Parts: sequence; structure tokens; C-alpha cells
Amino acid sequence: MIRDITIGQYYPVDSPIHRLDPRVKLSATMLYLVSLFVFSGYLGYVLAIAFVAVCVKLSRVPFRYIVRGLKPVLMLLIITLLFNIFLTKQGTELASFWIFHIYDEGLITAALMGLRLVLLVIGSSLMTFTTTPNQLTDGLEKGLRGLKVIHVPVHEIAMMMSIALRFIPILVEETDKIMKAQQARGADFESGKLLQRVKALIPLLVPLIVSAFRRASDLAMAMEARCYHGGEGRTKMKPLHYKKLDYVGYLVLAGYLGLVIGSSFVPFLK
Amino acid sequence: MKKNMLRTENLVFEYIRRDEEGNVESINKALDDVSLEVSRGEFVAILGHNGSGKSTAAKHMNALLSPTEGNVFVNEMNTKDEALLWEIRKSAGMVFQNPDNQIIASVVEEDVAFGPENIGIPTKDIWKRVEDSLEAVGMTAYRTHSPNRLSGGQKQRVAIAGIMAMRPDCIVLDEPTAMLDPAGRKEVLRTLHELNKNEGVTILLITHYMDEVIDADRVIVMDSGKAVMQGTPREVFSQVKRLKEYRLEVPQVTELAYELKQAGVPLPDGILTVDEFTQAYLQAKNKCYYDV
Repeated sequence: MIRDITIGQYYPVDSPIHRLDPRVKLSATMLYLVSLFVFSGYLGYVLAIAFVAVCVKLSRVPFRYIVRGLKPVLMLLIITLLFNIFLTKQGTELASFWIFHIYDEGLITAALMGLRLVLLVIGSSLMTFTTTPNQLTDGLEKGLRGLKVIHVPVHEIAMMMSIALRFIPILVEETDKIMKAQQARGADFESGKLLQRVKALIPLLVPLIVSAFRRASDLAMAMEARCYHGGEGRTKMKPLHYKKLDYVGYLVLAGYLGLVIGSSFVPFLK
Repeated sequence: MKKNMLRTENLVFEYIRRDEEGNVESINKALDDVSLEVSRGEFVAILGHNGSGKSTAAKHMNALLSPTEGNVFVNEMNTKDEALLWEIRKSAGMVFQNPDNQIIASVVEEDVAFGPENIGIPTKDIWKRVEDSLEAVGMTAYRTHSPNRLSGGQKQRVAIAGIMAMRPDCIVLDEPTAMLDPAGRKEVLRTLHELNKNEGVTILLITHYMDEVIDADRVIVMDSGKAVMQGTPREVFSQVKRLKEYRLEVPQVTELAYELKQAGVPLPDGILTVDEFTQAYLQAKNKCYYDV
């Protein structure tokens, strides 16, 4: 059912990773992604794989779910692999036909590049598997609080994100309703060339946008009636507080980073 | 001194339409010299046809609109005083027509917490308020659900809980049942009467459904921006002819009694429920029988 669509791909189980403060998960993901591209040497790969494997194990998200998350980037992955294989012209030539030449260096770079991409996707999807969009917004709001100093409207951005999350299913339902109403009167969304199909969408988008604006104005009024006046002086029903687990999380993260940076200085493993 | 919860004094509100140069094109008087009073603990209904100005009147009670002329007092606070704005909105909560467009959070309990969060209630008290308000509207079982999966009536109850969590003295409801099915309408009305009785909350219900106002303490009828009739439901509904002039329907059973009376059956005015009608009708029938 359309009502049941969830944004993101939250996998609801109870695990230490799920219980972590969203701020820890956000910073861990960011740093992990960066670490994937700064280390050099095989030890780095081993560490990165080990780190994400431990996290996946702890999160209790089934492995097939995580693999499924790779599907959308499969095309990108294949293209990257092909480019690396055929365009690297170093090392010894292993095979060649017509204009294609495959070198051993190319194979190695392709494999490592692919591995990096896979780790990147797994790392970031692990966060969305274990954090609800609401937690994420809360985490962003509190984690980026410091940016207020340079006049970034952090609270407003977070509020916009959570309202958007709430209204996506409603607007999807509405689109469906408008589409059916127009199909009942002979509108055709399914046949014709691409250009025709895009044109057919215009009578769908106009009422949708008008109604979205109407909703926005209603919602603004309802929020004002409930005393909303920005982030100033606002309290939280579920405030974010670091617990012991979160400090452990930060320590583990620091340990991982230390090892990765250290591994770059170990010469014989390069 | 009896303290009024809501009071309007010669309230006038004009929608002014301007052309591109900013010249006044037309003035539409939505409210014309309306003086109303609602006392503490009362359940008052405002009836009116589309465009009668009832929604505009409602928006004045929450300081969402400011009077063109006259004054509106909420809890003896003038809504023109901007310094009192948040106090006024705290004591007069407002529920709107479309339940979808007034729920902000993606989880029921977080939405109920939105009001208290805005007025800076400490976390511990927010939880208490959320629990109490959900309990008061009978939605405790749904506290962790997503609002998208609730029925219209349930969503509207969540919206009412969201207002209750701000501990208002008064709730103004602007056609809260207009988008609901009959079951949802009943659900919402029952909740409102319970809140009025058990929590002593003043209710101002704006509607165009006649059968929703039968149990109100007082009914105010509005037409073209004026408050034209006032009284108990019985007093108001006994004037069927006048109501029809204001393009309002009366409850079906009242209408039936009225038509019968016009046809010569000796029935009293202002019959509101089926039970009343049956009794009055039986009496009339017996009387006729003996008369002949």
C-alpha cells in the first residue's frame, strides 16, 4: 500500500548500533567514508573491512539486506570496474584483443576501487538501516548546532526535513488520487514517446503543486496556533543525551582512525 | 464577577482586495459588528452557512487574525496586544478542518508533544502532558503509530490531544468534522463532550452540521457576517422558518415535526431527538383520538 511506504530503509531491531546516538553514527559514517579514500596500503583495506564487518554484525541487520542496498549502485560499480581495467596502462600486459589491452595493474586497481565503492555504500546504508529519519534530523539539528554562529538556520533546516518526511506519503497518495481522477477522464500517462509522457505529467503536476502550497499554508497556520515561533526557547520531548554507549562508540571510532592513519606509515605492507 | 472565557466587542473584519497598484478594489466585510460572549466551561456551537463568517470569527479567537474594528478578549486578554500573543494562543487552542494539514510529526506522541515543546515545557513534564492528553482523547494505544495509518476521526483526536497538551482553558474547533465520515464525526464529538465535562475545557465548535449542536449548551447562528440568532439548541431549532432563511437545515426529526405541525398535528416546537418526537407524537395521537 502507498500508505506504508517508508522513507529510507530503517530495519527495526534492537541492537547496540541502533541504540547509538544519531550524532555518533553521523560522524562515524562521515569519517569512515573519508578514511576509505585517504588510506593507502593493503592493511587499510583489511581494517576498513574489519570495521564495517564488526558494525554489521553488531547491528543485527541481515547480510542480504545490506547486499540488496548495493543494487542501485551496481551500474556505477560495473562502469568503474571496466574503466579501471581497460584504461590502466601500467605493469605487464596480460591479454589484448582489438583495441583493448588488459594489464595486471589495471586488474588490481579495478578490484581495489570496486572494494572501496562497495565499502562506501555498505557504510552509509548501515546508518540508514539503523537510524530512523527522525533521529537523523534530530542528530543533524543538535550536531550542527555550532553552525548557528555563522547564521546557518540549523533548526529551520531540521524542521523542514522532518515536515518533508511527514508529507511525502501524503503527497504520494495525493498524486495517485489526481492521476486516477485524470485517467478516469481519459488522460494517458503510460503510452507515447518520452516527450509526450513528460507533457502528460504537466496536468498532474500543476494541481499537485497548488495543493502542496495550500497544505503548506494550512500547516503554517496550525503550527502558529500551537505557539510555534522558531527554535528559540524550545524544549524537546526526546532530547539527545550522550550515554555510556555513545562514548564507547566515539572511542572505537577514534581507535579505528588511529589504526588507519598508522597503517599508512607501515612501509612493508604497501 | 463572572469571568468570560471569550468575548468579542463589536467585532468587524474586512478582507480588502487590492489591485496591482495597491488601490483598494473591493472590501468584503466578513464580520459585521459581532458581539459574543462565551463563559468558562460552556460548550457553545456556532452554526452558519458557507461564507457566513464563522471561520473568520474562529481565527480571531486565537489571534490568527486581528480585528479591523472592535476588540476580541481571550481570558480578558486583548488579542490586539502582541505581547500577550503566546499567552492567548496557550489559553485558546485551535483545531482545524483538515486533520492531515495540522499534524507535524511522523509519530503520534511526538506530534502531541509539539505544542508543549514550543512553549518550553521541561522534558519530564512533556511526557506527563502527552500521556494525559492521549488518555483524555482515548488514543493512548496509538502513541507510537504513524499518523498516516490512522483514520480521519483518529487523526482529528490526535490533533485535539496536541492542543490539550498545551493545557488550554478553551478549544476553538473550526469545522473539525467536515472531512470525516459519520463514524469519525461521532468519535470526535464524543471526545469533545467528554473533555468539556471531565476536564472543564470550554469548547467553541464551529460547524454546519445541525445534529452536532443538539447537545451544546448554547448555539449561535451566523449569517453574512452577523450573529443573527442565539439561544439553547431548543430555542434556536424551534424557529425552523427563520433558520431556512439563513440557508440552514434543521435536524431531520425537527423538520418532520415542523412539517407535521404545519399540516395540523398538535406538536410542540423545538423537538430535537427521535425519542422526544415519539413521545410528543403519541401524545398528540391520543389527544386527537379522544377529541374525535
